[in-house]
Amino acid sequence: MRFLRENPDEVLLRFGEHVQLVAVTVALGILIGVPLGILVTKVRWLQRPVLLATGVLYTVPSLALFAVLIPYTGIGRGTAVVALVVYSLLVIVRNTVAGIEGVAPLTLDAARGMGMTGGQRLRLVELPLALPVILAGVRLATVATIGTATIAAAIGAGGLGRIIFDGMDRLDSDRIAAGAVPAAALALLADWSLGRLGRAFWHGGESASGGE
Amino acid sequence: MITLDHVSKTFESKGRTVRAVDDVSLTIGAGQLHVLIGPSGSGKTTTMRMINRLETPTAGRITVDGRDVLAMDVVELRRSIGYVIQQGGLLPHLTVAENVAMVPRLLGWQRHRRRERAEELLGLVGLPAGQFADRYPRELSGGQQQRVGVARALAADPPIVLMDEPFGAVDPITRKQLQRELRRVQAAVNKTIVFVTHDIGEAFLLGDQIALMADGRLVQNGTPADLLRRPATPFVTAFTGEDRGLRALEYTTLAEVADAAGSVPATDGDTLPGELSILEAGRELARRGETGVDGFWVSDRGGRKTGYLSYRRFAAMLGEALGPAGATAGEADGDALPA
Ligand SMILES: Nc1ncnc2c1ncn2[C@@H]1O[C@H](COP(=O)(O)OP(=O)(O)O)[C@@H](O)[C@H]1O
Ligand SMILES: [Mg+2]
Repeated sequence: MRFLRENPDEVLLRFGEHVQLVAVTVALGILIGVPLGILVTKVRWLQRPVLLATGVLYTVPSLALFAVLIPYTGIGRGTAVVALVVYSLLVIVRNTVAGIEGVAPLTLDAARGMGMTGGQRLRLVELPLALPVILAGVRLATVATIGTATIAAAIGAGGLGRIIFDGMDRLDSDRIAAGAVPAAALALLADWSLGRLGRAFWHGGESASGGE
Repeated sequence: MITLDHVSKTFESKGRTVRAVDDVSLTIGAGQLHVLIGPSGSGKTTTMRMINRLETPTAGRITVDGRDVLAMDVVELRRSIGYVIQQGGLLPHLTVAENVAMVPRLLGWQRHRRRERAEELLGLVGLPAGQFADRYPRELSGGQQQRVGVARALAADPPIVLMDEPFGAVDPITRKQLQRELRRVQAAVNKTIVFVTHDIGEAFLLGDQIALMADGRLVQNGTPADLLRRPATPFVTAFTGEDRGLRALEYTTLAEVADAAGSVPATDGDTLPGELSILEAGRELARRGETGVDGFWVSDRGGRKTGYLSYRRFAAMLGEALGPAGATAGEADGDALPA
């Protein structure tokens, strides 16, 4: 903890960068992933190719993905965010699809029978019922991004990874810990708070699948 | 009024063609509770779902108050038809009041008016709003959820309500209670109700008219008494059950069997309301005791004497229904009755 004691400002700065990187990534991941997930539940033929594509991208090692992106987006935050968003898409899209398709057919039938339009069904029934599942995806994506974002320091994106990489260069385990421990703490905190948020939207075990 | 005119529906599933509904023609009168009954898979649900266009007929025409449903705006059509399904189909993330007020919400009612309406309807179906309005469906028993389903279907005051085995998933005691309540509610709101069930007891208890289906076809359509006393086919006889003789007494009213009042000389004697069943009349007469006259008068709802029934004929009806020939009681004297 010597490094932390002697350089609190540096750790705080990197922590802030890290949070920002993760927040931007997850926000973009939601903004792209949720609509994409909705789209592929409505345009069914898109579902397989889209899930396959996000799945394949997910398996590309992060350093390789950075390397592929650098010619286009350069060194720095931009490249890091693009790559991290790509990783977050798989779980967000997949959970959005699972959440919407998990709504009980009976519930949807009642909604149609009441005279809801397709948009009303989505807004008033499918999305609210899928929300806990979507949030579970966001939670997973957030925790994973907090970890992966440390690697993004390798391409100049800053964050806690910077401290860890510096520590590795100098074989300074204290420095490594000063980067790794706050990252782990951040992951735990995000996991816990998003878990709580998810439970607030949970409407009982049966309602996750739409109620029977 | 709803009419089905030579309506058929075929499904293609797994390369097989299923004729779910086969050339059904049916008229459902305004203010009637019309039961669709038949074995599982006989096409009841599909028939009903074509009325609010959850299914589209393969052939034939369906009209509501003279208008072809296929020519109407589907969303508007559905909002004008209440819809109740098994297990309620309540939206689990909304409170009871929000569920009940959903169609009014879709119709753009103001919030306070929706709330008022929801509370009113919860009262009607026997769920005090103060206690139930803000609960979630999962906090309710199956029977209570069904009541909410009925309240929701009635919320926007639609002239027509479709109910698909609404009481199928609750225990027998609750079911009885819900059936009685539906009768009470129907007496209060007087909707055109299409009611799907496979429970013959429920059909007789609730139906003004009963349409019996088998293999997608309409086997017989008529009043409960028609089905019991003049079964169109042996299938009807079999389906309406062993104790149909007794049931016939339960579901045949005095008004249906009495001789026209003009055909007999005016005498004294008891007057019984025409809407009593033969069984109820028997009980009532036994309670009143001997009158010295050879029969009794049957009155309409206004109290006018519209018919006369001799004790001899009355006893014969009871005897035939209860005797060993009971199973065919209706046929034996069916033609002689002016019903
Ligand atoms: N969407 C569907 N796809 C294929 N077959 C169907 C569909 N809906 C109903 N059927 C078939 O049509 C027949 C009638 O079904 P249904 O109307 O549900 O009968 P009921 O309500 O009397 O049990 C059954 O053989 C059923 O399997
Ligand atoms: Mg059915």
